[in-house]
Amino acid sequence: MKKKVQAKILSQQKLAEGIYDMWLATDLAKEAGAGQFIGIYTGREAHLLPRPISICEADKEKGALRVVYRVAGEGTAEFSTWQAGDKAEILGVLGNGYSIEAGCGKRTVLMGGGIGIPPMLQLAKELSGAGVETDIILGYRDNQLFLKEEFEKYGRLHVATEDGSVGTKGNVLTVMEREQIEADVIMACGPMPMLRAIKSYARDRQIKAYISLEERMACGVGACLGCVCKTTHKDGHSHVNNARICTDGPVFDAKEVEI
Amino acid sequence: MNTKVTIAGVEFKNPVMTASGTFGSGMEYGEFVDLNQLGAVVTKGVANVPWPGNPVPRVAETYGGMLNAIGLQNPGIDVFIERDLPFLRQFDTKVIVNVCGKSVEDYLAVVERLGDTDVDMLEINVSCPNVKEGAIAFGQKAESLYDITSRIKAKAKQPVIMKLSPNVTDITEMAKAAEAAGADAVSLINTLTGMKIDIHKRSFVLANKTGGLSGPAIKPVAVRMVYQVSHGVKIPVIGMGGIASAEDAIEFLLAGASAVAVGAMNFVNPYTTAEVVKGIEAYMEKYGVEDIGELIGGVRE
Repeated sequence: MKKKVQAKILSQQKLAEGIYDMWLATDLAKEAGAGQFIGIYTGREAHLLPRPISICEADKEKGALRVVYRVAGEGTAEFSTWQAGDKAEILGVLGNGYSIEAGCGKRTVLMGGGIGIPPMLQLAKELSGAGVETDIILGYRDNQLFLKEEFEKYGRLHVATEDGSVGTKGNVLTVMEREQIEADVIMACGPMPMLRAIKSYARDRQIKAYISLEERMACGVGACLGCVCKTTHKDGHSHVNNARICTDGPVFDAKEVEI
Repeated sequence: MNTKVTIAGVEFKNPVMTASGTFGSGMEYGEFVDLNQLGAVVTKGVANVPWPGNPVPRVAETYGGMLNAIGLQNPGIDVFIERDLPFLRQFDTKVIVNVCGKSVEDYLAVVERLGDTDVDMLEINVSCPNVKEGAIAFGQKAESLYDITSRIKAKAKQPVIMKLSPNVTDITEMAKAAEAAGADAVSLINTLTGMKIDIHKRSFVLANKTGGLSGPAIKPVAVRMVYQVSHGVKIPVIGMGGIASAEDAIEFLLAGASAVAVGAMNFVNPYTTAEVVKGIEAYMEKYGVEDIGELIGGVRE
């Protein structure tokens, strides 16, 4: 059940330039899964709308959610100033998330690019917990390899950097080719050019790809129809080939969306 | 304490409604709010056929408000009647269907279909600024508004509310035209046309370039217009524009609104509608108001 609640900040630290790591104490953690997101409100009434931020980790036992986010504007800049003990209003849990079942018994490859890396951590953890051995490919801009060590315990880790400073020079798909990785299923989150490339890679090889999309959102719960994406088929809700990223997604079968 | 209000013969348990386009057909916010508590659910605009709406980005935040250019995406009257109306009918609340169209014939087709249903009222959207054809084209000239209102009234089986645009020189003149054509009520304000530019990309933030401004930023404009219109016409006025709390809602009632609607603030605080209902009751108790009718138009001159 979705709720707007107050959460307590447990910790906040800077991981890389403009990238922050925040833990929040909230019961919403119990219902949270990989690929889902929360809306975080600023403390200022000038900025009314919740900011959609993907869940990096959900600790159900402790009742805590971790978000790793990039400062992209005034709202996220404010989040980065919050300290342990501060309170924040959040809306959640939002979105559909990744299907763990879809990765079971298959050669599953996780791909995260840039600020699309954080949601892959909870996914890697859940897949590993389900006994799935995965290849994890992380694409960074440069040698600021935030979260890298944390992925190592959940699968075979591969790193690509745009500037070639660490790992393979190039992107996540360069790694697939270079390391001769075979996949039955790809699960990915990252910038649109990366997701487009994955969609066409999966189509050419007739494999499944689940990609997480983002768009400017208002309500986050499927009411305003602000954050739609074009779909191949008429979707059940709108009947006009427009799925709502916030509720029908953010994770879609790549062949179902036109990006 | 009596919180009931009656508009065009329809009795509402309280004056709190949802503003069209901000509440879908109630399903999404039904998870947050008990819809039985609301005076009415006003649906998102429904057309005769499904509409795909505008390209994204469709929304942008602005200071104390937001711009939207959804473009009236909706699944059409068939899906509405099969899926959304039965959902809404499970609740003890009135159902007002917002009707949109590209031509008068489009509107009439929806109005006639709804005539065979048990919806309580119709709200005619002649004020959406985000579609190229129809909508606001009918709501910015008094003659066009008179014409479409009278043609809809001739066909409608339910009472008709005309939803007015603030993007006009004199909104009272528009309200008078609607009244003269037989409208049973008017609702105002729809969004104010606005624009936002990304200075780093030097581009428009919305794909549609312009969008409708809503949220607390527009409230004083809305209160003023509700005051003017309610003094210019005899038919009831439903007031909206940036309502975030019971205090805001009471301002609209005092200005002359017989009912109020919560719009963009649903996106910010999904519990707003229920909080406004409770807050109005608390205000009435505090000031010893026996009947909500005492508040309507109750601002001292």
